[in-house]
Amino acid sequence: MAKKPTVPFTGTKEQEEALLKVIAELKDTKGALMPIMQKAQDIYGYLPYEVQKIISDNTGIPIEKIYGVATFYAQFALQPKGKYRISVCLGTACYVKGSGKVYEKLQSVLGLKEGECTPDGKFSLESCRCVGACGLAPVMMINEDVHGRLLPDDVDKILAQYQ
Amino acid sequence: MKTLEELNAIKAKMADVVGFRSEEKGAVKSCQYERQVLVCAGTGCTSSGSVKIAAKLEEEIEKAGLKDKVIVIKTGCHGLCALGPVMIVYPEAAFYSNMEIEHVEEIVAEHLVKGNVVTKYLYQETVTDSGIISMHETHFYKKQNRVALRNCGVIDPEQIEEYIARDGYQALYQCLHEKSQKDVVDIIMASGLRGRGGGGFPTGRKWLFAMGGEPGTQKYVCCNADEGDPGAFMDRSVLEGDPHVVLEAMAIAGYVIGANQGYIYVRAEYPIAVQRLEIAIKQAEEYGMLGDNIFGTDFSFRIGLRLGAGAFVCGEETALMTSIEGNRGEPRPRPPFPAVKGLFAAPTILNNVETWANIPQIILRGADWFAGMGTEKSPGTKVFALGGKVNNVGLVEIPMGTTLREIIEEIGGGIPNGKKFKAAQTGGPSGGCIPASNYDVEIDYDNLIAIGSMMGSGGLIVLDEDDCMVDIAKFFLEFTVDESCGKCTPCRVGTRRLLEMLTDITEGRGTLETLDKIRELSQYLKQNSLCALGQTASNPVLSTMKFFEDEYIAHVVDKKCPAGVCKSLFQYAIDEEKCIGCTLCAKNCPVNAISGEKKKAHTIDTTKCIKCGVCASKCKKQAIVKK
Repeated sequence: MAKKPTVPFTGTKEQEEALLKVIAELKDTKGALMPIMQKAQDIYGYLPYEVQKIISDNTGIPIEKIYGVATFYAQFALQPKGKYRISVCLGTACYVKGSGKVYEKLQSVLGLKEGECTPDGKFSLESCRCVGACGLAPVMMINEDVHGRLLPDDVDKILAQYQ
Repeated sequence: MKTLEELNAIKAKMADVVGFRSEEKGAVKSCQYERQVLVCAGTGCTSSGSVKIAAKLEEEIEKAGLKDKVIVIKTGCHGLCALGPVMIVYPEAAFYSNMEIEHVEEIVAEHLVKGNVVTKYLYQETVTDSGIISMHETHFYKKQNRVALRNCGVIDPEQIEEYIARDGYQALYQCLHEKSQKDVVDIIMASGLRGRGGGGFPTGRKWLFAMGGEPGTQKYVCCNADEGDPGAFMDRSVLEGDPHVVLEAMAIAGYVIGANQGYIYVRAEYPIAVQRLEIAIKQAEEYGMLGDNIFGTDFSFRIGLRLGAGAFVCGEETALMTSIEGNRGEPRPRPPFPAVKGLFAAPTILNNVETWANIPQIILRGADWFAGMGTEKSPGTKVFALGGKVNNVGLVEIPMGTTLREIIEEIGGGIPNGKKFKAAQTGGPSGGCIPASNYDVEIDYDNLIAIGSMMGSGGLIVLDEDDCMVDIAKFFLEFTVDESCGKCTPCRVGTRRLLEMLTDITEGRGTLETLDKIRELSQYLKQNSLCALGQTASNPVLSTMKFFEDEYIAHVVDKKCPAGVCKSLFQYAIDEEKCIGCTLCAKNCPVNAISGEKKKAHTIDTTKCIKCGVCASKCKKQAIVKK
């Protein structure tokens, strides 16, 4: 089983209504489960048990199948992510240009391992495989912003922009 | 839209505006705009701020009162990502590189208002004593031949009319009105086009398999845009720079095999590509290029988008279809092949983005034209994402048969910092490393396989003398272990055991016997894994063992890492001759392992040293060496 969420589920009625609307729209299309789960993650930010249950109850798809899909794909998160999601590219082009060192530096500065979130909910850290900005290697993304041509020493300065 | 006249009317309306950007002979010399500014809005340039630059340009153009005379167009990727953000101003074809927002005001005032190109901001290779030359004459572009990328960087990907102006949807019209299904598939067969996603299977033959059957059978056409190879971004660039070419090609395939529905499976990590595809599908529907009774025929075709969710194995065709069906993306055994039993158990053809991007041009220009490019068994061109230790990082499209030397030394501008070329990695986690001794091998599908690598989707990562080949092999194994879906045991367990053995080698526990075991297990993986992911997972290990055996031997026998990458196998030391005692290293050492008096040579306590390398990066005298 997955680790218990570190944060209690705080879904709102509006979020649930939005999800039900999505389900009603997509339910009858072929292979709708993943699009529904992707929209659900957009709405809630992650896919805790409670959200998987809503999807199951309203589509008739067994929850174990939903859980199976949720844990198969890297994009689906069972844990909430930070306000600022840091994603360091460890694709080949970035790796040979030293992104591993940038990643190590972030781990030590933030005290986080892969997939973890700081206790204040501010930063979460993960690695990813190629964002297609190889010209700027090594790169990391913080939410939608791409930071490129990084050196480990740049980390503190960049994090300071997101306080 | 129903007729060719309507299509041609749009083409004619846009001909001047779009033709103005051409540098070919007989190009349009004037249009309703005095100047056009093409700003690259591909991923690389967007990441370095091109969208803000475009906004600032528009603002300054408005201020200068040029709004009706100068148009700013956000295009797809120009390819030279290392110099981004880039922009081109026509009619001069002035190629500005490394653009900064601070340059905008000056460029508007000087170039767009007064007509004086600001040469100091141009890509310097285009500035010569006799004036500026076209970017197509620079080393980076000279040997390229853009077929799949022909519209990337030329048109506004969010305007269907601009695609139509460049012969867009003409091929679809021709197929529907002038060619039978068999005519079309014959052309594709004769062209010799092979799948650009990795395997190199003949595209025409794939289509042929899916033709026929009972009339009215449900069939599907899929596009594989789940570009998962780390370091490969050619599909992304096509989708972002020319999304309609994929839609048109899929519709043609739909006509050939008798499918009425297509799906594009695209990585969710590519938000710009997703957005442009959504816009393109909507416009194509509005114009009647997708939907019911296309061009007044009884052929109907629709395309849906499906977003991947970060699983590399979904690039494998059966896994991709399983994922579209809404399941865990696990591959299934073949046969049955997708052409017989694919998506939702219906006959399906699946091609990669770059393959699709070649189709309309093959229809319009003929099989002979296509077969005339490249090599005999691998006709056409191939897009490579050139990355790693090379000066001109970016996207290049070259005829098959070009040598590595030409790609890296001429187009890529060589290796930075005067370092020596060591190997080129192609084919991503399924491919291998090509050593300097094969620098002059002509690149095509069969030659790459013969030297232990493969084409893959086209990532080409250059490695220099500072890269450890064992570490690179381990890097790819870590990737495959992460991405193995777990369905079959050889891959799930075998890749893990391989990784453990490689880790042993990089940490000094390996022996010559370890190398034998790796060879044996690799062979087992090749023969017994369910899908290509497992079958090819050992390629990076085998190819590096073959070409860089001495490096493996150094690791297991001498317990040394010649490149100084594997931390367990070297120690930092200070060269007493070079050290001037500036204390910079000691001040920066996070574990206080360095000591010594000011202005005297320092020493490193290797029992405390964690080999982070900070000292070496801070030392101005290169006195810190790896031993």
